[in-house]
Amino acid sequence: MSHEEKNNEPFIEDPGVRQTRLRRRALIGQILVGAILIILWELLTRIGWMDSYYWSSPSTIVRTGWTAMMQGSLLQDMAYTSGATILGFVTGTAAGYLLGLSFWWSALYSRIFEPYMIAFNAVPKLALAPVLVIMFGIGFDSKVVLAFLMTIIVAAIAAYSGVQNVDPDLEKMLLSLGAKRRHVFMKIVVPTTFPWIASILKINISLALAGTIVGEFISSRQGIGRMILYAGQVMNIDLVWVGVVVLSILSIVMYLGTVWLEHVLMKGRASKS
Amino acid sequence: MSALDIIHCSKYYKKNNEALCALENADLHVARGRFVSIIGPSGCGKSTLFNIIAGLLRPSTGQVLLDGEEITRKSGYVGYMLQKDLLLPWRSILDNVIIGLEIRGIPKKKARARALPMLKNYGLGGFENDHPDALSGGMRQRAGLIRTLLYDRDVLLLDEPFGALDAQTRMQMQNWLLEIWNDFKKTILFVTHDIDEAIYLSDEIYVFTHRPGKIKAHIEVDLPRPRNEKTLMNDRFLELKRELLLMLREEHGSTE
Repeated sequence: MSHEEKNNEPFIEDPGVRQTRLRRRALIGQILVGAILIILWELLTRIGWMDSYYWSSPSTIVRTGWTAMMQGSLLQDMAYTSGATILGFVTGTAAGYLLGLSFWWSALYSRIFEPYMIAFNAVPKLALAPVLVIMFGIGFDSKVVLAFLMTIIVAAIAAYSGVQNVDPDLEKMLLSLGAKRRHVFMKIVVPTTFPWIASILKINISLALAGTIVGEFISSRQGIGRMILYAGQVMNIDLVWVGVVVLSILSIVMYLGTVWLEHVLMKGRASKS
Repeated sequence: MSALDIIHCSKYYKKNNEALCALENADLHVARGRFVSIIGPSGCGKSTLFNIIAGLLRPSTGQVLLDGEEITRKSGYVGYMLQKDLLLPWRSILDNVIIGLEIRGIPKKKARARALPMLKNYGLGGFENDHPDALSGGMRQRAGLIRTLLYDRDVLLLDEPFGALDAQTRMQMQNWLLEIWNDFKKTILFVTHDIDEAIYLSDEIYVFTHRPGKIKAHIEVDLPRPRNEKTLMNDRFLELKRELLLMLREEHGSTE
């Protein structure tokens, strides 16, 4: 108040400044909440309100994680799990996307295959994991296949919804400019489906991670999933927590990757939300 | 030989096992370089006719000739613009207007170089890198028409291009269209509901009846050019307007 009276300049609202101030304060708040939770977790396990046998504690998790990284195979396990996840995610999403797009070309073909797509979507793919491990071995391949199967149908359904939302007038406009069907496909159908495919990237990356971890649970020599399973069997609950924390971090990093990808796909378009 | 001949074109649809007539025996002859309007109540088959001329719809009977050559069911021979601007939201204005050139296989760089002066000369200078979201309705229609112009056909079909604009923008756009028509010497076939617009722009007007769409009258607009706001107060203008109003009122009366 006082500074407004001091100089007689008119008050000029600057929404930009307000926005940056809001963003800065929100960031501080976010960090604060996280820090309080971690400190609370540490304190409560130290004074024994939370049983540190089950809950471990942040400091123990960091210490155990450090040892596992230096003396164990934590880093290789991380690379193994994230590699299988990303490979499955990319191939599954791309294959599903192409499958969904292909439905644009023929109404007969899409009518015939749509019910099968829905049926396959209903199959709990994770339940197939034991069979897949037998088929593709206990190595890397079975994890990638599982992640692939988790993501392909989601992407296909998303792309197919996009295809069904192509504006017929845009198609008409392009045909009036002498376009062939392949032009309509490349210049209108594919860009129209971008928002649809972009919106499922985040879902698919976590589905792919879930697929990989279950694959590692079933049978594996490497990976964070295997580490967690092994640690649980020998009652090393601290190491289980390390696995969970590491997986969360991997998941966040990959999530940020998809956010970036979504941003690239939606470039030049006003966000609808 | 006229630039565009529509000979005995009809279109029937089947609905609940009954043949429904959308367009009955349309005969239109549009000479080169003329500005011809089609006016009529909604549901008079104007859009059906346009889709037939553009080759996007197969007529039940009849033919479309362009300079004496048959173009029935062949798309890409005439420029066609709809009421919606149909700009692609993911492309800049510049990239939107060159899409017809792109389809013809002209490299993007060359196409952009050709489109840029057009945008500058016809009121879109400085907007070429904006996306359609950032433009007003009038500007977007301009971009839509420039896209059609760059496709470079002699005949343009304009289906109520200013229907969604407010009155003032509309007047501006009408003058802008006349300027373009004068510069490029195109043959224009223009659909509108608006009597004033039809008279102000055209050399000839075809009046259509309500369902089934049929040509009811063909009127010559003998007003001098260039036209401007004063034309709207001209006695002959008002006379034509009265004539058309009565004709269209009859149409409304016959349906109610």
